[in-house]
Amino acid sequence: MSTTVAVRLNVNGAVHELEVEPRLLLVHALRDHLGLTGTHVGCDTSNCGACTIHLDGKAVKSCTVLAVQADGVPITTIEGLAPEGGLHPVQEAFWNDHALQCGFCTPGMIMAATALLTENPNPTEQEVRHGLEGNLCRCTGYHNIVKAVLDAANVKSASLEQHPEVTA
Amino acid sequence: MSAVAEAPYVGREMRRKEDPRMITGRGRYIDDIAVPGTLWIAIVRSTEAHARIISIDKSAATGRNDVVAVLTGEDLAGDFAAPMAMVWSPPGVEIKTPEYWPVARGEVKHVGDPVAVVVGRDRYSVIDAAEHVVVEYEPKPVVVDPEKALEDGSPLVWEQFGTNRTHEWKVSGGDIDAALADADVVIEQRMVNHRTAGGAIETRGVLADPNGDKITLHSSTQIPHILRFVLSLLLGIDEDNLRVVAPDVGGGFGSKLQVYPEEVIAVALAKRLNRPVKWIETRSEAMMATHHGRDQIDYITLAANSDGTLTGCRARVVADLGAYQLLLTPFIPELGFPVMGGCYKIPAIDLTFEGVFTNKFCTDAIRGAGRPEATYWIELMMDKLADKLGMDPLELRRKNFIRKEEFPFTTALGITYDSGDYEGTLDRLLERLDLEAFRREQEELRARGIYRGVGFSTYVEVCGLAPSRAVGPQGVGLQAAFWESAMVRVHPSGSATVFTGASPHGQGHDTSFAQIAADRLGIDPQRIQVIHGDTDQGPWGWGTYGSRTISVGGEAVARAAIRVQDKAKEICAALLEAAPEDIELVDGKYRVRGSPDKFKTMAEISGAAHIPPQELPTDIEPGLEATAMYDPENFVFPFGAHACVVDVDAETGKVSVVRYIAVDDCGPPINPMLIDGQVHGGITHAIGQALYEQVVYDDEGQLVTGTFVDYAMPTAAELPSFETDRTVTPSPVNSLGVKGVGEAGTIAATPAVTAAVLDALAPLGVAWIDMPLTPRRVWEAISEAQNGGAQA
Amino acid sequence: MIPAQFDYAAPETLEDAIRVLSEGGPEAKLLAGGHSLLPLMKLRLATPSLLVDLRKVPGLHGVHRDNGTWRIGALTPHAELEHTAELGLVARAAGTIADPQVRNRGTIGGSLAHGDPASDLPAVMLVTEASVTLRGPDGQRTVAATELFRDYMETAVGTAEVLTEVRLGAMDAWGFGYQKFNRRSEDWAMVAVSALVKQTGDVCEDVRIGLTNMGSVPLRAHAVEEALRGQAISAESIAQAAEHADEGTDPPADLNASSEYKRHLARVLCRRALAEAAGLK
Repeated sequence: MSTTVAVRLNVNGAVHELEVEPRLLLVHALRDHLGLTGTHVGCDTSNCGACTIHLDGKAVKSCTVLAVQADGVPITTIEGLAPEGGLHPVQEAFWNDHALQCGFCTPGMIMAATALLTENPNPTEQEVRHGLEGNLCRCTGYHNIVKAVLDAANVKSASLEQHPEVTA
Repeated sequence: MSAVAEAPYVGREMRRKEDPRMITGRGRYIDDIAVPGTLWIAIVRSTEAHARIISIDKSAATGRNDVVAVLTGEDLAGDFAAPMAMVWSPPGVEIKTPEYWPVARGEVKHVGDPVAVVVGRDRYSVIDAAEHVVVEYEPKPVVVDPEKALEDGSPLVWEQFGTNRTHEWKVSGGDIDAALADADVVIEQRMVNHRTAGGAIETRGVLADPNGDKITLHSSTQIPHILRFVLSLLLGIDEDNLRVVAPDVGGGFGSKLQVYPEEVIAVALAKRLNRPVKWIETRSEAMMATHHGRDQIDYITLAANSDGTLTGCRARVVADLGAYQLLLTPFIPELGFPVMGGCYKIPAIDLTFEGVFTNKFCTDAIRGAGRPEATYWIELMMDKLADKLGMDPLELRRKNFIRKEEFPFTTALGITYDSGDYEGTLDRLLERLDLEAFRREQEELRARGIYRGVGFSTYVEVCGLAPSRAVGPQGVGLQAAFWESAMVRVHPSGSATVFTGASPHGQGHDTSFAQIAADRLGIDPQRIQVIHGDTDQGPWGWGTYGSRTISVGGEAVARAAIRVQDKAKEICAALLEAAPEDIELVDGKYRVRGSPDKFKTMAEISGAAHIPPQELPTDIEPGLEATAMYDPENFVFPFGAHACVVDVDAETGKVSVVRYIAVDDCGPPINPMLIDGQVHGGITHAIGQALYEQVVYDDEGQLVTGTFVDYAMPTAAELPSFETDRTVTPSPVNSLGVKGVGEAGTIAATPAVTAAVLDALAPLGVAWIDMPLTPRRVWEAISEAQNGGAQA
Repeated sequence: MIPAQFDYAAPETLEDAIRVLSEGGPEAKLLAGGHSLLPLMKLRLATPSLLVDLRKVPGLHGVHRDNGTWRIGALTPHAELEHTAELGLVARAAGTIADPQVRNRGTIGGSLAHGDPASDLPAVMLVTEASVTLRGPDGQRTVAATELFRDYMETAVGTAEVLTEVRLGAMDAWGFGYQKFNRRSEDWAMVAVSALVKQTGDVCEDVRIGLTNMGSVPLRAHAVEEALRGQAISAESIAQAAEHADEGTDPPADLNASSEYKRHLARVLCRRALAEAAGLK
């Protein structure tokens, strides 16, 4: 039972051809097969959002996607959010606003936040809070995360041109 | 002259040095570390809360592809030199401590107890194989409720003790009997402070990597040095052959202040198999096998004169410790005792702590650890007393506050509070919260059916573990010490490395310790790297927990840096042909007093220290580094005043926090941004406990809240932004004047939230609800009050 | 946690999908967005032998309106429903499902075929009187929402059938309300009530009430509907009608709610949903 299947993962602009068990979760394909360990796992039940990535530009929880389901679909992880050496405005705002402490939820939080701002470039505080309802943080009480997302929204339109997402 | 630079980095809002890697996905957490040839571990865990193991059939698992070994407790009996460690041995009190082996031998005592270990070649196949280990159990009677566990005839968790009572520990000061007999008013309340989980978003994990006789254990831990020491005893491996590394740690909150069975198992297997082995906890495992916190039932009595003057307080605490004793399990409830009297002058205090075994996992330190419980009692009792006396609750507090000029103040329990200004934080709070306007608004809203309430908490916290003489073998009896270390090394070209024995997991030591060292060395903090969490690098240290790091570890950094500064001045004096006492450090320059153009930079001095350009006095050793081991004389006592405003939907029972204001005083801030962050997180942790979170076992000892679906930590959508402010009252205990702040929010906030709900519901006749104040509980309390009149 | 092993197929046509599913027997399962199935598989509460992934099958995606009927492809994610405001109640309810990431992956077809009575969309299908199209080895059939949900997580979808489309009437003339009660906004409903009200002047011409998580299947609160239909709409009449919301229900107790509390919530939420639908608030 369960022979391997071929899958092409298009991650941060690079295509990787893998032979995987169909049950391989996308998050483990990214972490264990491609070495992209910025995407984290914090729960078993799709609650914590630490594994959030962009699949075809949309935020999804990569612990609840099979690698085979992502076959050929453009994927962006935290490592590919900004060009090498640069920072996306949301990353910059997280740094400026002390929106992280242990940093474990941070990649997922940033990926959720960037997707939120793509859909809604000028959110209210309540919209940010609800937009992040799928991501748990135990350190920050969310206060500075919300602040950072609002701050990033204010600067994003100006600087987004210089920080396009790296996608295929 | 001050030894600190005139334009200090301390006090500045500096962006964190650790953040660039974390915001780009280049943090390095335990599961990010890959060693070639690693074998994976999965743990077969008990599905029974209490049972005898009749048999373990490994055959189906052993025969699977990719499985290297399946080992039971009996198989591993020779691999462990000693059972799991518990380190509290209070003078004159016996604490019943059963043998606790990393893998069960013969019996299981809680759901999740390790029964067997599967080792295999990858992450997935060991989980498959673990499902094929067949364990046959003979169930034994289960006890879950700690008060039932104390009744005669209760099922026994450990038959050999003949009781479930683990110990009784008492402390008192003043004449409590007289106080209660003579008081005008005596009030009593039973309070449940329920079981919670640490909830770090990163679960635990270990990677044990053998190399010859030496084994390196990477572990997501708060205490690498303690862990190495204890592992060496449990496994019979000399410490020089054990290295423990804490990589980036994804949150701890006390849950990683522990020596866990899986850490022992991993090192034992690495030694046995001579292969790297890795175990990454699943969230479901974390809920059942990472220690829980709180879980006590408190019977509180508070006595006062009719004018509101407090005369005495008595508490009996029944603490549910779970099935075993882990590192600090029985001590955690007692840790709250020094602040049992809160901010108040109470002449007689009498406390009794009873520990109880139940068929649940162990409790131990979770953010606040004993102090949130104590603060919860005293603050809510103050509200109840005010109600009884018909006094304003804040007026009652002010009447009993220890006054600013009375510090240092020694309480009835003989604890000396270092410094404080309790009126000051309350005044500042009320500048931000117009209470009269609030009460008017509250009335108007009630008329429209909206139940809004405000709750206050004027807390004092004890933190900064050390002092070793108070908490170690000479004091309350922990078989440990709690000093902290720092080694400051300036490199030949003038940058520096600080090695600390503290071990952060989000607190920002890389930044705040660099700020402390920078002022004292005359080096930009961007040129100072802080190294921690590796027992092979830097001096021994006791780790990060209990809001101890800045006041103990930070002070050690300051002291080591001052020693380096002193030596730098000597070298500078020799280079400039001046007297060392004439050298001053100003704006990063070591210059001769009165001759500002005669100076050397740290780079020049350190260069000379390493490669002397001329003959230096013979009493100056080469190099430029110093180590400090700091054990403070006293605890530090941060304090503050918090207010929480809630709206209660009286029809559904749902509580929403609409405003939260925190005024905290932790002495002079090192990095104000980091303090605010700690306060925000602490408040949220407490709001989580007060309104959302509870670890629930059913009557059979099965864990009901086994995942993040049921263990309901709040998300951003449930919370408001917080308002924070500070007053600054330095501690006389350390040269920085600092006090810890990591737990302040958690200690302060549960009573504020509960009091706000009770204030909101006062017109409906609700007098008490135990946490967590879930919609169901609130609705039931309202229904009961409406149908049955006011509660007792 | 991770799923147990399974075989996998990603057929490129609906016909192939039905054939592979049929050959796979009762332990074969369809995979759409995976947000109902994969969480169960990760906890090993579901261990299908074969997953038939619909991702390559064309024509199962999108929201279309044909005159007075909405046709929603089974693979349409919740987020797309949420952002199609013209869907009214469906959009509102879809926007409350879990969190944005889940809404980006979870699909209407997957949710309905899963049949969890705590999910938001099943009861909404009852009140919109939707139907689903099922394609199987023996052809195509249409099943009304009232016939779809048979028992706890048990639906009329046959083991070799694919739910391909959802059809529902455009409820243009109806006001709607959706009241979901949960502890955290990402949680499943402890109880939710969906309401549709058609008014002529002050008079309630027609009304439909759906109950989520009040039993093993989603329910209609017919007693409320009967009490209000033909009556003048007012806060009082709504409140009186809503008192019937839990009639005939027997909701199971769980960690967060007793049966009694759920029944109470149903009454309160019903009143609020009706008020919202009638534009009283």
